[in-house]
Amino acid sequence: MIQSFKMALKSISGNKMRSFLTMLGIIIGVMALVILVSLVSGTTSSVTDTINKLGSNLVGVSVQNDYGNPIRKEDLDDLMKRPEIGAVAPIANGSMTGKYNTTSKTVTVYGTNGQYFGIRNYDLMIGRLLKDSDYDNHTNVCVVNSTLAQELVGFTGCVNEEITLNGTKFTIIGVLKENNEQSSLTALMGGGNLEAYIPYSTHVRLSTDTSINIKAFYISAAKDVPTETTKNLVNRLMLERFNYDEDAFNIQSTDMLEDAMGNITAILSILLGGIAGISLVVGGIGIMNIMLVTVTERTREIGIRKAIGASRGAILRQFLIEAIVLCMIGCAIGIFLSWSFLRLVSVITASLDLSFNMNGAVVIVAVSFCFFIGVVFGLYPANKAAKMKPIDALHYSE
Amino acid sequence: MITMKDICKTYRIGTEVVHALDHATLEVYDGEFVSIIGPSGSGKSTLMNIIGCLDIADEGEYLLDGIPIEDYSENELATVRNKKIGFVFQSFNLINKLTAAENVELPLIYQKLKKSERKARVKAALEKVDLLKRAEHFPTELSGGQQQRVAIARAIATHPSLILADEPTGNLDSKTSKEIMDIFHDLNRQGNTIVLITHDRNVAMQAKRAINILDGRVTEATDDSII
Repeated sequence: MIQSFKMALKSISGNKMRSFLTMLGIIIGVMALVILVSLVSGTTSSVTDTINKLGSNLVGVSVQNDYGNPIRKEDLDDLMKRPEIGAVAPIANGSMTGKYNTTSKTVTVYGTNGQYFGIRNYDLMIGRLLKDSDYDNHTNVCVVNSTLAQELVGFTGCVNEEITLNGTKFTIIGVLKENNEQSSLTALMGGGNLEAYIPYSTHVRLSTDTSINIKAFYISAAKDVPTETTKNLVNRLMLERFNYDEDAFNIQSTDMLEDAMGNITAILSILLGGIAGISLVVGGIGIMNIMLVTVTERTREIGIRKAIGASRGAILRQFLIEAIVLCMIGCAIGIFLSWSFLRLVSVITASLDLSFNMNGAVVIVAVSFCFFIGVVFGLYPANKAAKMKPIDALHYSE
Repeated sequence: MITMKDICKTYRIGTEVVHALDHATLEVYDGEFVSIIGPSGSGKSTLMNIIGCLDIADEGEYLLDGIPIEDYSENELATVRNKKIGFVFQSFNLINKLTAAENVELPLIYQKLKKSERKARVKAALEKVDLLKRAEHFPTELSGGQQQRVAIARAIATHPSLILADEPTGNLDSKTSKEIMDIFHDLNRQGNTIVLITHDRNVAMQAKRAINILDGRVTEATDDSII
């Protein structure tokens, strides 16, 4: 066995250029497989992280048709009393012009309550959050995100400063922490906006689009209650309220986003992996082709070996191992090149906060697939060699 | 050592049937040096292939060391060739990618001998043909005579019962031919059985016994009747 292995290495190194060209098919196939799948899984984990930052157990409800039975603040308070529900926050948003002294910027203004921040995993940096009394008294106060504090007011510790939103004066009562979500991906998804959070009731007065009939609200599941359970409960309540019309409202949860994302990337992985797999098979055919040439070229050698006592098995083993070794060397080179490539991509995209690590599972798949290809495409030429009759092979070139 | 009885071998070339061997009967005893002489086309290659277990006769009985060969499978024949027969070919038939020592070692690898045992045998065999100094050379770096000596070393490394030489001097000049023949004489003196196939009368006469082969028929030859 060790002898056959040595012989195979000798034969491969004896014809370096040809061996390399033969391996090229395998190398490219392995690289395609490993790199594509690793890139997809790298992107997936990055996107999944971002989704998680949106709020871990978030359920969003939006109402399209209230059948004359609109949701009011009292309804949300009722929801709060249910044990499955942790927090409820109405939400309305609109774009307004924010002004501080002479600076003027476009601000996304959210009308909500104090629970919103908990639901969205937003942390306070300085000041205080919205209170129920703010809601009840329609006070003109706002909590702002750090982007607004920096870009409109000019400094983050701007509590008690006054800004105007569409001409109405607001006092800043709190500034939110710059969550990790300020990563570039969330920036791409709109995380870099100037945001102000005001009581829902105040938003109603400020914006003509917002009324006391709540059109959208966020719910978070109570501790230790699966998001799925809460989502189903809300779904049932909403169906009862709106004449069992599924189209009257829309419920979304981050679970669904994750599931959808997972599905998409699984399909992508299989699709791209499949295409790369085809190129591996093509590489394998290349190996078979060269092994057939090798067998013909070495007919005389096979004859000599058989004459001095090599059994069929010994010849079969020799050529099969040669094909497998050829495949595995190609595979190793391919994996090494993929690794280098992924390191390079990681360095280049380091600023994007993406990491492309080699996917361990795909490496195992690539190695076993290469081995399988070596066996499958090596078997026919090796068997052809083993079947040669010693006298015919000995007199081949004569 | 070799007992052949009524061996027949026919080839079919197109519609024509060629009787390469026609009821050949032959006896070679332990320790003999026998030459088989015949012109080309006389069937001597076929005879050599059958003696060397490279081919199987259509009819007749062949005992090598008392073992009937006819019923053997291909793999069993490989084992017989490996253990009992040492081949020396006209065209040397060394593997060019392997060094002299590796060529000599090859049949021992197929015998699955231990590495230390193989090394010792390779050394002894190369010493016998006086080529120890060239052990690490490749066949292409050796002269014809040296290559044939490597081939002889390969043949004797397995301690075979029979050394089968097919025109061993056919590709060599007369001086190197003599050297090679001297090695065969030495080997015979040390007790090796040698069957030498040739078309060269001078070479054949050096053997203790000569056998004629003509049109597939084998006859015992006296000095005068050597063709």
